[in-house]
Amino acid sequence: MALIDTINPLLTTGWAKGDAGWSLKDYEARGGYAQLKRILASKMSQDEVIAEVKKSALRGRGGAGFPAGLKWSFMPKAAPEKYVVCNTDEGEPGTFKDRDLLRYDPHSTIEGMIIAAYAVGAKRGYNYIHGEIFDIYQRFEEALDQARAAGYLGDRILGSDFSFDLFAHHGWGAYICGEETGLLESIEGKKGQPRYKPPFPANFGLYGKPTTINNTETFAAIPFIMSMGGEAYLNLGKPNNGGTKLFSVSGHVNRPGNYEVPMGTPFAKLLEMAGGMRGGRKLKAVIPGGSSAPVLPADVMMECTMDYDSIAKAGSMLGSGAVIVMDETVCMVKALERLSYFYFEESCGQCTPCREGSGWLYRVVHRIEHGEGRPEDLDLLNRVTDNMMGKTICALADAAAFPVRSFIKHFRSEFEYHIEHKKCLVDPEVQRVGSGFFKAGAA
Amino acid sequence: MLEIEIDGKTLQVEDGSTVIEAAHKLGTYIPHFCYHKKLSIAANCRMCLVQVEKAPKPMPACATLVTNGMKVFTHSDQAVKAQKAVMEFLLINHPLDCPICDQGGECQLQDLAVGYGESDSKYEEEKRVVPDKDLGPLVSTDMTRCINCTRCIRFTAEIAGFMELGQSFRGEHAEVMPFIGKTVDTELSGNIIDLCPVGALTSKPFRFSARTWELSRRKSVSPHDGLGSNLIVQTKNDRVMRVLPLENEDINECWLTDKERFSYQGLNSTERLTRPMVKQGGAWKEVDWNVALDYASHALRDVAKTHGSAAIGGLLSPHATLEELYLAQKLLRGLGSENIDFRLRQSDFSVDGKRKGTPWLGMKIADISRLDRVLVVGSFLRKDHPLIAQRLRQSAKRGAEISILHGADDDLLIKLAARAIVAPSQLPAVLAQVVKAVCAIKGVAADTAVAGVTVSAEAQAIARSLASGSNTGILLGNFAQQHPQAATLQALAGQLAVALGGKFGFLGEAANSVGGYVAKAVPRAGGLNAAAMLKEPRQAYVVLGAELELDCADGAQALATLTKAAAVVVLSPFKSQAMLDYAAVLLPVSPFSETSGTFVNTEGRVQSFYAAAKPLGETRPAWKVLRVLGNLLGVAGFEFNSSEDVRAEALGGTPDFVSGLDNGLDGVALNLGASANGFERLADVPLHFADPLVRRAAALQQTRDAAAPAALMNAAMLAKLGLAAGDRTRVGAGGTATAVLTAQLDAGLPDSVVRVAAAHTDTVALGAMCSVLTVEKV
Repeated sequence: MALIDTINPLLTTGWAKGDAGWSLKDYEARGGYAQLKRILASKMSQDEVIAEVKKSALRGRGGAGFPAGLKWSFMPKAAPEKYVVCNTDEGEPGTFKDRDLLRYDPHSTIEGMIIAAYAVGAKRGYNYIHGEIFDIYQRFEEALDQARAAGYLGDRILGSDFSFDLFAHHGWGAYICGEETGLLESIEGKKGQPRYKPPFPANFGLYGKPTTINNTETFAAIPFIMSMGGEAYLNLGKPNNGGTKLFSVSGHVNRPGNYEVPMGTPFAKLLEMAGGMRGGRKLKAVIPGGSSAPVLPADVMMECTMDYDSIAKAGSMLGSGAVIVMDETVCMVKALERLSYFYFEESCGQCTPCREGSGWLYRVVHRIEHGEGRPEDLDLLNRVTDNMMGKTICALADAAAFPVRSFIKHFRSEFEYHIEHKKCLVDPEVQRVGSGFFKAGAA
Repeated sequence: MLEIEIDGKTLQVEDGSTVIEAAHKLGTYIPHFCYHKKLSIAANCRMCLVQVEKAPKPMPACATLVTNGMKVFTHSDQAVKAQKAVMEFLLINHPLDCPICDQGGECQLQDLAVGYGESDSKYEEEKRVVPDKDLGPLVSTDMTRCINCTRCIRFTAEIAGFMELGQSFRGEHAEVMPFIGKTVDTELSGNIIDLCPVGALTSKPFRFSARTWELSRRKSVSPHDGLGSNLIVQTKNDRVMRVLPLENEDINECWLTDKERFSYQGLNSTERLTRPMVKQGGAWKEVDWNVALDYASHALRDVAKTHGSAAIGGLLSPHATLEELYLAQKLLRGLGSENIDFRLRQSDFSVDGKRKGTPWLGMKIADISRLDRVLVVGSFLRKDHPLIAQRLRQSAKRGAEISILHGADDDLLIKLAARAIVAPSQLPAVLAQVVKAVCAIKGVAADTAVAGVTVSAEAQAIARSLASGSNTGILLGNFAQQHPQAATLQALAGQLAVALGGKFGFLGEAANSVGGYVAKAVPRAGGLNAAAMLKEPRQAYVVLGAELELDCADGAQALATLTKAAAVVVLSPFKSQAMLDYAAVLLPVSPFSETSGTFVNTEGRVQSFYAAAKPLGETRPAWKVLRVLGNLLGVAGFEFNSSEDVRAEALGGTPDFVSGLDNGLDGVALNLGASANGFERLADVPLHFADPLVRRAAALQQTRDAAAPAALMNAAMLAKLGLAAGDRTRVGAGGTATAVLTAQLDAGLPDSVVRVAAAHTDTVALGAMCSVLTVEKV
């Protein structure tokens, strides 16, 4: 299991027993489904539920940070057919929180989805689970069976007038299916390609019906918000950045893993929780929000607190909360080459700037890394990213562009060195050792 | 209404309009590739990015809805920068092989690169290569040129009705392809060539044969089905090289069927008749025109003198021009014969003399799209009238309910509200059931003749659908017109339309299905109709533009009768072995591309056209040949100097639509009786066999639609006969005539029905299109 060290654990309360604590009875023993029961028994109105979520300032945990309560309130009241969809297509490199949520505590997500369905008036829901975590998909199916058997899902839930059923759907590993409308297309059996918006899913979603789609972590937070109240949840974090958040810390730290901390926790604290830098080496750079977020150099990052506003102010994004830590052994050109390859391979191919531009970026970065860079390449890369950003249906073009721009911006000298000397500023031997797979001097 | 300002010009547009629509209304061009007015919005090419006031990013004009007070800038720095950026991206992986690309000179990418691109690119990396695909005999691919606009994909899914193309793989690896191992087989496939904004999809028959700027272009009209699609015929050195659609929203919109687009290959066929020929002592001899015309006129005069005028018959093709049909009937009548007909595949002529006017569509073609309930009776709709099927497909998507009563359940790729699939002999009875059921729902009295029928569940379902509409249309297809009880079907359709307060009409089979009546190419009292002329042999025949063994209701009978006739004068652009057998003189006349003329389409619209090319060899326009024959035979009133003179006389002026259109009947008794014992033949006329021109179009003859006729039956029939799909069977039509055909499964056929296509040499021997067949394993 992942290494866990939390302050004010909320989402991760159920993780304590590892794989032994995920089932329905464990969840109920932790107070699970009590909020659903309360809502149904007290006949709480839909507006009251939404108001509570709004009060919590819960912002979408998938990356965009859109206020969840506001999103729910966009759902047309009168529509006869509506859907709730959970996005567990966790494909962003560096992100591995949702799979642990579903692995150790799938019922919090299920309960959150049921409450969401109640609030927006949906009768049917889907959880779209990334194709490369098939065991998690199987666990979620088991959890659904348990919830159905216990009457939390199905017709007239717990004897109320409310009916809702939930299904798991697994993808096949395409990054683009994590884009919400690409995901909806994929559930519909089509090629996963984002739709032009507007209309947004709240008006034209799954099968063209109004749909609320949120990230797994967003849904998982709902029972806790309903339990402690929106206000108390908000107060866990800081204004406009309510609650706690899971951070997937990876890279050159001693204890990579998922850490739940209140919004606004200093990055230094998070780094400390993750065991500090591996081998006591110096921090070089951090990608604070998943591979598409702009990289930040060490000194900037050490001043940041972990919340949407602070990271945005520093010039990056909190994103999905995937914190990729890089130490001084990292060649930034090589790191960028790997990232650019990912976006080149994962562009869906729909929009011209992304389809053509992501390959262009990768090829140029690849050339630089392999000693074939030209002095004009850095300006070229900036120009190509400029031509890609904001010109496509979804944000993948931006996601491909941000790393390139930020790596060049903050580590330009390293790129220039590469171009001029046809080799790395960071000694390859140092890189090898830093990777953690090789010992110094070993062949 | 919303107000929008584009580059400083303001305009009012409807709610729901997009920025690109508004711009086009203003005459402001916004560059685009994926956008097409007839297809859904994809917004993927990003070429149409424009600046919208208050929007942080450039917006795609094709997908951005106009809001009130919106201000759009198509030439601002932001817009121009975006357009240049997209153009550079489009070109980095494009091969830029314009000098060897068929699209060169008419390429949207080329044009827009000049208009909106930079003069060079900074791209110096390797370019992508995409494997080509086999889409069949009509569409050629160079997929490396593809810019993934997905127009072709959306066309097959949305217009043709079945998604035969898709985009596989992601990102730069994305490829447009058909299903693995499949080709694009829709009867509308050629349109993807027009839609492709680059040279990825080009015309296989036309490929590498000319540069577009070498071609002269002429407007023309399709000589095939009754729609009268508008064409652009392109020629080089007086040879037709290519046919493209001429947009006409009221008729073919911006589409063409493959038949209309590729049939031009037949114009250049080696079977073209290029010199007059006469048969002397059993041997054919090429002769000069004056010899041939003398020979023909003497032959006709001799027969008239010896056997009387009634011994001459005229069998005219419904694909002939109005002028040709008019002159042919005038010539025959001048000789004293009333035996004139152009309705070659018709078998029931009992409404002759009882018609109130010229039978027609009963509405404008564009009105079809406005019907909310439609019943199609007796039609292989998708193949016989692909573009009308397309209109109904779009209507069905908008909520119109389409039903069909027919002998086969071919997939129309239209969502049907109800259907009744019955043996051909049952069509009148089931239509009568629909009439009875509709009358019951509407609370109006039904004709006593239909009172006795028992309404089946299928007929009831059709009736319920029809009765729930407010703008109903009943469309009688080719099969209904060829049916032995066509008169009853027409009368019942009329009753149905009255009960529903709707319209009814005929889907014109041929280019001049209406024009033939207007040209008076039908017998008056005392004359013989097409079927009677062949059943009661004449001494002499004038045949215009038809291959009677393939174009008649009973090809075998036509062949037998003509072979015995003393003199058969054939005016035809083509020669065939059959013609050489039965004709006495062959006069080479122009196909539609080499003559001026007029087609009156199924809605009664008069569409004239000029010759697109000079006549081939010694071919002459048929109207000129008929005029000279008239003179030689001393018939009065043949002093025409131009085809326009002929048209003026035929139409009494130059109307846009002909007058006297009326589907009403006087005093037709219903004949609901059905007495078919044994296996009924259901004969379709496959679209690429339907007329002499298309039969000679090489590429079309390689398509799946041109597969050789088979004996199609449902599973129960195959089992009953001890047949398996693929078995060779001997199909007989009584007497000694048989055809050996392959048995095939067609699950949509009713019991006791064997479907055997007509208009093909393999099945000519079986005779009448409606008959009883025997089937046995070989």
